Amino acid sequence: MKGFLLRRILLLIPTLFIITVISFMIIQLPPGDFFSGYVGRLSARGEYIEPETVEALREQYGLDQPMIVQYFKWMGNILRGDFGRSIQWNKPVIELLAARLPWTLMISFGALIFVYILSVPIGILSAVRQYSIMDYIFTLIGFIGLAVPNFLFALMLLWGYYKITGNVAVGLFSPEYALAPWSFARAIDLIKHLWMPIIIAGTGGAAALIRVMRANLLDELQKPYVVVARSKGLSERKLLFKYPFRVAFNPVISTIGWTLPFLVGGELVVSLVLGIPTIAPLFLKAVMTEDMLLASAVVLILSVFTVIGTLLSDLLLAWLDPRIREAV
Amino acid sequence: MKQKKEALKKQENNFLVASQWQLIRWKFFKHKLAMGALIVLVIFYLSAIFAEFIAPNDARMYNADYKYAPPQTIHFFDEEGNFHLRPFVYGYESKWEPEIYRTIYKEDKSLLYPIYFLVRGDSYKLFGLFPGNIHLFGTKEGKLFLFGTGEFGRCVLSKIIYGGRISLSIGLVGIAISSIIGIIIGGLSGYFGGKIDIFVQRIIEVIISIPTIPLWMALSVALPPFWSITRVYFGITIILSMVTWTTLARVVRGKFLALREEDYVMAARMSGAGEGRIIFRHILPSFTSHIIATLTLSIPTMIIGETTLSFLGLGMRPPAISWGVLLKEAQQIRILEYAPWILLPAVFVVISILAFNFVGDGLRDASDPYSNI
Repeated sequence: MKGFLLRRILLLIPTLFIITVISFMIIQLPPGDFFSGYVGRLSARGEYIEPETVEALREQYGLDQPMIVQYFKWMGNILRGDFGRSIQWNKPVIELLAARLPWTLMISFGALIFVYILSVPIGILSAVRQYSIMDYIFTLIGFIGLAVPNFLFALMLLWGYYKITGNVAVGLFSPEYALAPWSFARAIDLIKHLWMPIIIAGTGGAAALIRVMRANLLDELQKPYVVVARSKGLSERKLLFKYPFRVAFNPVISTIGWTLPFLVGGELVVSLVLGIPTIAPLFLKAVMTEDMLLASAVVLILSVFTVIGTLLSDLLLAWLDPRIREAV
Repeated sequence: MKQKKEALKKQENNFLVASQWQLIRWKFFKHKLAMGALIVLVIFYLSAIFAEFIAPNDARMYNADYKYAPPQTIHFFDEEGNFHLRPFVYGYESKWEPEIYRTIYKEDKSLLYPIYFLVRGDSYKLFGLFPGNIHLFGTKEGKLFLFGTGEFGRCVLSKIIYGGRISLSIGLVGIAISSIIGIIIGGLSGYFGGKIDIFVQRIIEVIISIPTIPLWMALSVALPPFWSITRVYFGITIILSMVTWTTLARVVRGKFLALREEDYVMAARMSGAGEGRIIFRHILPSFTSHIIATLTLSIPTMIIGETTLSFLGLGMRPPAISWGVLLKEAQQIRILEYAPWILLPAVFVVISILAFNFVGDGLRDASDPYSNI
């Protein structure tokens, strides 16, 4: 086990390194840099800025230096914990991210828990009562959940909610609680607003998970030991939970790390549609204005989360299933 | 009686000597859901190809008189209760309401427009080459807006049909690109193993570690805004393919790893077959069906990807028409409140994705020799 852990962590380092390079490169891809876009936007508004000022600004932010130099400067700063300053917002990147990261995490993890709490029982039910009406209904819902893109679902839910209650469910707080200090009532208000993004971000994953859970359990239930246990008089419920469920559940729970990137993406889209101040709108704007430090910081952080999630997932799987420890 | 027995024996014989592809085809035909989905897809793709002919109106024509007009209902019975064999729609009667700042539309029962097949309507150039003006269906006078109109009075149904061209074809083109890359890389990785394999696997791991949507967002901003629609189209396709090839590469690699240990590979090598012949004549055909199923199931990912990107404003942009671009219009709640038919492209997106999923499932079941049908 320890050998496995060590090997996985060692492999992590080159992976992380390449991720930093890719994060950096992606943001540099659009032609020009932040200031060319800035000048463009200003001139569209009819304002003018001296080329010398632009050059001075470029120098100040170190954008006039070759890519490699910029990259190493950036990496050096990051390793020291300094993510730099966002040009657009004129604030340290860390400040901007710290303000929004909690919401992103809340929605993503909320969605994760929601997905598992919802999918596992439904998957079990579907498998145990195969070909019953419930099974068909859930399979249908599952398919539809798989087919409807996240943002579409968000739009439809927004519209439905508006039709029913006459309120537009955007943002995280109702107007009266938006800037208020934390209180119990505010927390309740938050939960009232959070359920929609959590459900929307989670449905795609839930659909897939239900199918996997159902398929796994069905495979297990056909095995001879189930027949033996039944013939020996074990009650159905005990029978189900003592053996087949655990075996079937194993791969499901151990891939929990893999759902993280998926949820992040889903959460991104949902926040954009519902107007929730998470990392998503910040990132979109940063990418479009080529606010390099902010955008690459977001990509880097999200990727690092994903890598960590995958690592935890692999560790969990290795811990639960000894066969994995031999291979790598 | 004897004839029946002979006929059965013949059928059984056919089954026993049938080639692998025939068996797959027969199994697929039995899968009713997949067959139905396939028919739906064929209809969609034919409509996209012959869009100019099938769409009742020109998708780009401004109609200032009909902004956000509601869909027209098709009637068979008119006001006096007469039955018309030919279905018809009523004309619009519009009134501008200054208090709510929009136009209210009502059916004007005095204007009756029968629907004809193969009518002469707006002129077009089929595939941009052949001029014509015959449409599959339409009205001889007046306007036909079966799905209502949008912001500039443009027919929603026509826009959906034209939009299908981009949204549906991006899936196919993207899959073509990713499959070429995926199969080659995955094949090399799996067949030769060793250092190549480890190296490729690490790269794939890195790529899938970066969350897809942020990656796509960042990449699509790289497309210069002055690029023509065609270039943007190919740019988006390549961006979408960059992530999806990894799934295919992994599948192919897994198969190669497993199959190169097989006895028949060793036998082929002993007989003097070169590596190329072993790969293409022996190993590859054994899992081509699996690849096709995996490819079909990856198409929805591309469709969702393009739709999401265009919806966020990062993919195809107006004046290009794709389902994502159409849905971008539907983003404001105000508009949804009084013109919900704007959301209709969504229905087509969902149906396409469902259809591809069913067809892919059917293909997978059909190519699995161990499933019992």
